[in-house]
Amino acid sequence: MEWAPATEADHIDGVPARWVAAPTTTAEAAAVLERAARDNLAVGIRGGGTKLDWGLPPRRLDLLVDTKRLSGVLEHAAGDLIAIVRAGTRLDTLDFGSQHLALDPLPGATVGGTVALNTSGPRRLLHGTARDLLIGITVVRPDGRVTRSGGKVVKNVAGYDLGKLYTGSYGTLGLITECVFRLHPVAGARAVVTTPVPRADLGALLATIRAEQVVPSAVELDRPDDGPVTVAVLVEGTPAGVHDRAAQLEKATGGTTSADPPPWWGRYPWQPGETGVKLTAPLSRVPALAEPGVRGSAGTGVLYARLTGDIPARLDRIRAAAIAAGGHAVVLTAPPDVRERVDMWGPVPGLALMRRVKDRFDPGHRFAPGRFAGGI
Amino acid sequence: MSTLGTLAATLRAVLGDGQVLTDRQDLRTYECDGLANHRVVPGIVVLPRDTAECARTVRECVAAGVPFVARGSGTGLSGGALPRADGVLIVTARMRRILAVDAADERATVEPGVINLQVSKAAAEHGYYYAPDPSSQQVCSIGGNVAENSGGAHCLKYGFTTHHVLGAEIVTPEGEVVELGGPAPDPPGYDLLGAFVGAEGTLGIATRVTVRLTRLPQSVRTLLAAFPTTAAAGAATSAVIAAGVIPAAVEMMDALAVEAAEAAVACGYPAGAGAVLIVDLDGPTAEVEAQFAQVTALFETHGATELRVAATEAERTLFWRGRKSAFAAVGRISPDYIVQDGVIPRTALPEVLARIGEIAAGHGVRVANVFHAGDGNLHPLVLFDAAKPGEDERAEEASGAIIDLCIEYGGSITGEHGVGTDKAKYMPRMFTADDLDTMQLLRCAFDPAGLANPGKIFPEPRLCGEIPRKHHGSDAPTGLY
Ligand SMILES: Cc1cc2nc3c(=O)[nH]c(=O)nc-3n(C[C@H](O)[C@H](O)[C@H](O)COP(=O)(O)OP(=O)(O)OC[C@H]3O[C@@H](n4cnc5c(N)ncnc54)[C@H](O)[C@@H]3O)c2cc1C
Repeated sequence: MEWAPATEADHIDGVPARWVAAPTTTAEAAAVLERAARDNLAVGIRGGGTKLDWGLPPRRLDLLVDTKRLSGVLEHAAGDLIAIVRAGTRLDTLDFGSQHLALDPLPGATVGGTVALNTSGPRRLLHGTARDLLIGITVVRPDGRVTRSGGKVVKNVAGYDLGKLYTGSYGTLGLITECVFRLHPVAGARAVVTTPVPRADLGALLATIRAEQVVPSAVELDRPDDGPVTVAVLVEGTPAGVHDRAAQLEKATGGTTSADPPPWWGRYPWQPGETGVKLTAPLSRVPALAEPGVRGSAGTGVLYARLTGDIPARLDRIRAAAIAAGGHAVVLTAPPDVRERVDMWGPVPGLALMRRVKDRFDPGHRFAPGRFAGGI
Repeated sequence: MSTLGTLAATLRAVLGDGQVLTDRQDLRTYECDGLANHRVVPGIVVLPRDTAECARTVRECVAAGVPFVARGSGTGLSGGALPRADGVLIVTARMRRILAVDAADERATVEPGVINLQVSKAAAEHGYYYAPDPSSQQVCSIGGNVAENSGGAHCLKYGFTTHHVLGAEIVTPEGEVVELGGPAPDPPGYDLLGAFVGAEGTLGIATRVTVRLTRLPQSVRTLLAAFPTTAAAGAATSAVIAAGVIPAAVEMMDALAVEAAEAAVACGYPAGAGAVLIVDLDGPTAEVEAQFAQVTALFETHGATELRVAATEAERTLFWRGRKSAFAAVGRISPDYIVQDGVIPRTALPEVLARIGEIAAGHGVRVANVFHAGDGNLHPLVLFDAAKPGEDERAEEASGAIIDLCIEYGGSITGEHGVGTDKAKYMPRMFTADDLDTMQLLRCAFDPAGLANPGKIFPEPRLCGEIPRKHHGSDAPTGLY
C-alpha cells in the first residue's frame, strides 16, 4: 500500500496532512494504520470530504486516510434484509432494488462518514439513525488491529455493542472499514401532508399529529427567517393505506396532501461557510426552539438552526433555551473565527467516562485529536 | 473478621439492617437466576432503596476489593445474575417506582426494579405502551431488560430494548453516579448509553431508566396458520417478508412444541400441524387490512392447511397463550430441558432445522423448536431426563452443537438471552482474540478493577493494566480559551 505525499487539497479543516493513503480493503487499511502506529503518526480520516469542517480542527495531523477506494457493497442478502458495505461507499449510490438502507443520504456523504458523525434525516422518526440500523461493524483500531463487533443478523446480543460506541465518534476511536446494516422494504406509496401554522399553535399541531395513529415516517418543521412555521408529515406504505392515512391527517390538521416533500426537506438550513447548530429537546419542548432559521425533525426533537449576526450571543441564548428544555445545542460547523470564540459542544454529561474510553482505545491520542467533544 | 464480614458490618451501619442480608437461608433465595443449573450462594445480599444507597454499596465494595453482581427479577436465562460467593449481590427489588409518565414527550422514567409490563400499564391510559415485550414481561425488570438488551416477539418490527431506552442514570463500577443519554435525543459525546445497554451488568448498575413510549396501534390483527412442515412455514414467512411486509411478530412452533403447549394450556392449536405460525399485523387500519390480505394469500399459496383469524381480544390472547407459555410447557412432556437461544439468517431456516433434527437424533434427545421466525432467532428446547445416566451430558452436547450450527451459518450465539455465565465459553468461536480484546478496552474504561459482574460474557478474567495517563489540559477545546 503506497503512501503519497499530501497535496494542497489534503487537509482537515485547514490542518495540512503530510501523507495520504487510500487503502482498498480492510487488510490494507490495517497495514497502513499499523505503520502509522509504529511511527507515532497522528491520523485523520476523510470519506466524501463533505463534513471535515464539522467539530474542531485536529490538533495534530500527519497521515490522512482517504476511504474513497474502500468502497462497494460486499453482500446484499435480500431475503435476510441485510447488506455489508465498505465505509467509503457513497450513501447516495446505494441501490438495493426493492429494499433500502433507511438513512436519508446527504449529498456526497459516505457510509463511514455518516456512521462516524451519526448524521440523520427526516425518516429517523420511523427508522432511527445509523446507530439503530447498524448491526455489525469492522474497525481498524489505532494500533492497527482489525476488530469486529455485532454480526450479520439483526437479532444479536453477543458481546458489547461497540457499533454504538463508534457511531458518532468522529473518527476518534479508529477507522471504520465495513458496516453491516439492516435494510427495510421500500414502501409502495408515499404522501406528504403539509400544514402552515403560527408558532403559538405549533405545540398543539404536533400533539394532534402524535395523537393520530398514522405512524408517520417523518414529521418535519421549517421556520424561515420570515413567515409562519410549516409542518410536513411523510406517510409511507401501501397505496390504499397511504391514501387513508393522508386523508385522516388532512382532516385532523387542516393540511394539504402532495406526492413529494417540500424543497427544504432533509436539508440543513445553513449554507457552506455559515454557522450550523443542532438543537435537541424532548418532544413537548420543540416549539420553544422553533425560532426563525430553524428546521428539522419535530417528530423526534432534533432541529437544526442557522445562526447569523452576533453568533456567540445567539448561541448563548439558544443553548440556554435548549438546556432549559432538557436538550443540547451543539455547533456542528462554523467559520474559523466563530469556532475560536464559542464553546462548540456545550455541557457534555459523562465526559470523564468518555475520556477514559478514548484513553483505552487510543492511548496516544493520535486519532483526530481535539476534533470531538471535550477536546477528545 | 473476614473481608465479607467487615463489609457486611459496614453496609449495615450505613444502609440499615433491613437492607443487608447475610443469613444463609435468606441468601439461598438468590442462588440462581432463570438458569437454575448454575447455583452459587451470594456472600452478601443488599437491597438498596435508592441511587444513593446503591452507589454507597458499590463504593464500599470497591474499597474492600469485593466483586458485586446486579440482580433485577432473576429471570435471566444465561446466568447473568449468578452471584459470587465472595461478593455482594445488589438486588433492585426495592427500587420499583415509576417516576414519571410523560405522554407529551412519549417517554417514561422508572427505577430499575420496575416490572416491564407495569410500564405499559401505566402508559395505557395515555394511549401509549412500552414496545419491548419479552415473554417474561409480567415479571422481568427494566434494569434487567437494559442489561440484556431484551427483545420480545414484536422486536421484528419495533426493535429491541436498545432502540427504546433514551437515558439511564448509572452507578459506575467505581461508584460514581453518571447520566448516560438523557431526556433529549443524540446527546453530545460518545454513545455510552448504547454501549451500556446489553453489557449484562458489567459496566455498572442502572439506577434510573428513561424509556421511549410508543403510540398504541390503531388496529391489530392476529392470525394463526398451520403448515404441514416447518420448512413450509419458513418458506411462507420468507415470502411475506420478500413481499415487503414486516409483521409486528411472526412466531413459529413445531409439532413437538405445539404438543407441549396443548398439554400445558389447552390453546387449541390445529391438531396434527407440522408447524404453527402466529402472526401479528399492527398499525393504521388501512395498512393492516392491506397487509392482512397479502399475508393470507401468501400463506394459502405456501400450503397453509388451516388459517384462523382472531375475532376478539380473548381469541387473540388464546392464540398467544400457547406461544408465551411454550418454555414452561415443555415441562409437561419432558422431565428436564435446556432452553437454547441462537440466531441464524432467516433464509437458512429449513436447512438449519433439518440439521437440528440430525443433531437431536445423533445425541438421542428430542428437540422442540420455538422461534421468532421473522428474525431467525431460534429457541430450540432440548428435552432430556436427568434421571437417565448420561442423558444430561448428551443434551448439553446437543445444545452446544446447535450453537455451533448458528455460528456456521453466520448467525449469533445469542439473540436475546445474553452470554452470561452460560455462553462465555462460546464467545471465542464467534469473535477473534482481537475482537474480545477490544471489548475489554471498553470494560476497562468503566471498570479498571474488574469488580462489576466478573466472569460473565468473557471467557477468561482479564486484568486491565495501566494506560499511560494523559494530561487533559492540552486537550481542552480551543474554542473555550
Ligand atoms: C419464561 C421466560 C421467558 C423469557 N422470554 C424472553 C424473551 O422473550 N425475550 C428476552 O429477551 N428475554 C426473555 N427471557 C429472559 C429474561 O427474562 C430477560 O433477560 C430479562 O431482561 C431479565 O430481567 P431480570 O429483571 O429478570 O434480570 P436478572 O435475571 O435479574 O438479571 C439479568 C442481567 O442483568 C443484570 N442486571 C439486572 N439489573 C440490572 C441493573 N439495574 N443494572 C445493570 N445490570 C442489571 C444482571 O447482573 C444480569 O447480568 C425470558 C425468561 C423467562 C424465564
